[in-house]
Amino acid sequence: MPAGLLGIEELDRAEIEAILARAKDFQPLQSQSLKKLDTLRGKMIVNLFYEASTRTRTSFEIAAKRMGADAVSITASGSSVSKGESLVDTLNTLAAMRPDAIVMRHSASGAPHFLARYLATPIINAGDGTHEHPTQALLDARTILDRRDSLEGLRVAIIGDIAHSRVARSNVHLLAKFGVEIVLCGPASLLPRELAELAPGVRLTTDIREAIRDSDVIMMLRVQLERQHEASFPASEYFRFYGLRLEHLDMAKPDAIVMHPGPINRGRELSSEVADFTRSVILNQVENGIAVRMAVLERTIG
Amino acid sequence: MSILIIKNGRVIDPSSKTDRMADVLIVGGRIAAIDTDLPLTADETIDAMGMIVAPGFIDMHVHLREPGFEHAETIESGSRAAAAGGFTSICCMPNTKPVNDNATVTSYIVERARSMAVVNVFPIGAVTKGSAGEELAAIGGMKAAGAVAISDDGQPVTSSRVMRRAMEFARSYDLPVIDHCEDLLLSAGGDMHEGAQSVRWGLRGIPAAAEDVMVARDLLLAQLTGARCHIAHISTRNSVAMVDYARRHGLAVTCEATPHHFALSDREMAPYDSNYKMKPPLREPDDRAAVVEGIASGAIDAIATDHAPHPGSEKMQEFERCPFGIIGLETGVALALEELVRPGKIGLNRMVELFTTGPESVMHLGRGTLANGAPGDVTVFSADLAWTYDVNQSFSRSRNSPFDGRTFHGGPVATVVNGRIAWRRDRPEGS
Repeated sequence: MPAGLLGIEELDRAEIEAILARAKDFQPLQSQSLKKLDTLRGKMIVNLFYEASTRTRTSFEIAAKRMGADAVSITASGSSVSKGESLVDTLNTLAAMRPDAIVMRHSASGAPHFLARYLATPIINAGDGTHEHPTQALLDARTILDRRDSLEGLRVAIIGDIAHSRVARSNVHLLAKFGVEIVLCGPASLLPRELAELAPGVRLTTDIREAIRDSDVIMMLRVQLERQHEASFPASEYFRFYGLRLEHLDMAKPDAIVMHPGPINRGRELSSEVADFTRSVILNQVENGIAVRMAVLERTIG
Repeated sequence: MSILIIKNGRVIDPSSKTDRMADVLIVGGRIAAIDTDLPLTADETIDAMGMIVAPGFIDMHVHLREPGFEHAETIESGSRAAAAGGFTSICCMPNTKPVNDNATVTSYIVERARSMAVVNVFPIGAVTKGSAGEELAAIGGMKAAGAVAISDDGQPVTSSRVMRRAMEFARSYDLPVIDHCEDLLLSAGGDMHEGAQSVRWGLRGIPAAAEDVMVARDLLLAQLTGARCHIAHISTRNSVAMVDYARRHGLAVTCEATPHHFALSDREMAPYDSNYKMKPPLREPDDRAAVVEGIASGAIDAIATDHAPHPGSEKMQEFERCPFGIIGLETGVALALEELVRPGKIGLNRMVELFTTGPESVMHLGRGTLANGAPGDVTVFSADLAWTYDVNQSFSRSRNSPFDGRTFHGGPVATVVNGRIAWRRDRPEGS
């Protein structure tokens, strides 16, 4: 099997720790004036994005370049994808150009897993449908660990459209491997009861106050209108019952941090004041995204 | 008249409660005698020593794709797969192109089968025109042309009013109404069973309730109309219980289960592998257990494969884009032996019932028996022969099976249709 990265679920704790430790090594580089290494010089990475993405695609591209690799980014609208070519054929064509890894985002859950059965080139999953987004969970863990000694024993609330969230699934898998107490929160139509079976230590609640109480970390999710195939919750009621506001933060631990995978919708899943709150680490997450993806690329093709 | 003798086998014929060592004599395409010490001069002989000799197996639910989708399957290729799977009679669903919703299409299928098929092919007509769920199809004409049941399988009738009228018409013609029970509004967009596994994989779910609410509706409509109602590919614990309850209260309802629903649950799915994608979807382990229990108790009448060929180009895609359905003709009998008989859930006699008198009681084909004068349809199978399924050797034009590479213990050995050997394991190409 090629050493790609399809999901967090199949990684073990030691592998995750290794990636997070290596990402820490790359952190100081991000603020130096000379940011480029030559670790992956001569390597070629293809970023294949079948879904709109600004931050993840840019982050992977910058990570590749800072590692000294060449990166080519392809978006679905500008390629043979729109000419009706099947996914397998497109990937085989790209693989024939001998890239060292393919970073892929796709709207279909399992698309990279399906392709990995047919392709020798390692695939790094940059988000598949409503399944997993492994590098997001890794960068979230890195961001938490920048402020805490360990993940063990923390209480993390993940709030929003859990049903459609690949960020939530990857985070649950990662945090559960480190003994984190995880509370998933959202309206029942976006919080299937079976989520409790996803990993050990997962609890569900439809009450945002209960979710936030005594939490160390509050992860807000974007309301993913593009993934909801029907009105699962009245949009007009969302912010009132599931939007994060400053008054909620009093219920969390005094040093609790607020996270969000972005892009944020001020006034929908969190208030503008919370977005700009001193313990909001949303931009730190973005910054850590590059260090974590450098570590993942190095692990895959280094 | 040509004479075929199948000798030294254990003859199991549930239609006459026969289970004994005997020879079966077929003369001129019809069963002539079952006895020991039959005269041994025959045009052809099958030595069934150590094997079971049963009435020809009936698969009452297959998709042959002809006319219209011949790249996936034809009446000929599907019939060859049936013969290799031990089936002598198959009933084909109407979702062809054009839909089998009138006597012209029914006659075409009957004629093509007469010239190309190596097993008996019985068409099932559509319930509504184009299976669009609105206007009733020409049911009487289709029956006159050879249709043995009506069904909008795959495009089930949503309107209870239309279904009520369909059941009434079907009763006039003494045809069973076969329903693929799925509330399409509730299941819309789903790709697999809704449960812990779909949530884990981020795939959209088809709740068990989408099947159950339509089974409940059909049972109530069967009570209202007095029609014979048959529930196709039953897959949930609630549905099995409801059909059983209805029958115990005197309704003329029957149901079938597929090999994949008694052999697999969603826990056995390979992630995002479309060879595990079908409707109804593979359910929870508890639903699978309920199907096995229903088969053993008699709540389920028949095993039917729902053989649904799709070409590789359609099945080799992102899971959510792949069509529903798997092929099953060549593995159905082996799976029944492997998953039901070997673990002791049912005995061999019950298994033979599920493939003969069970479907016959629903479809009234005049088959499924070794009675003197009956059509010379015989299935010879082994209950312990070890063999491995290689889907690339399939007679089907399609390859979409989750059982590729699986080694079975027991399976068909020879298939005799109207007194002629349609397939035998030791000479798969020889007939």
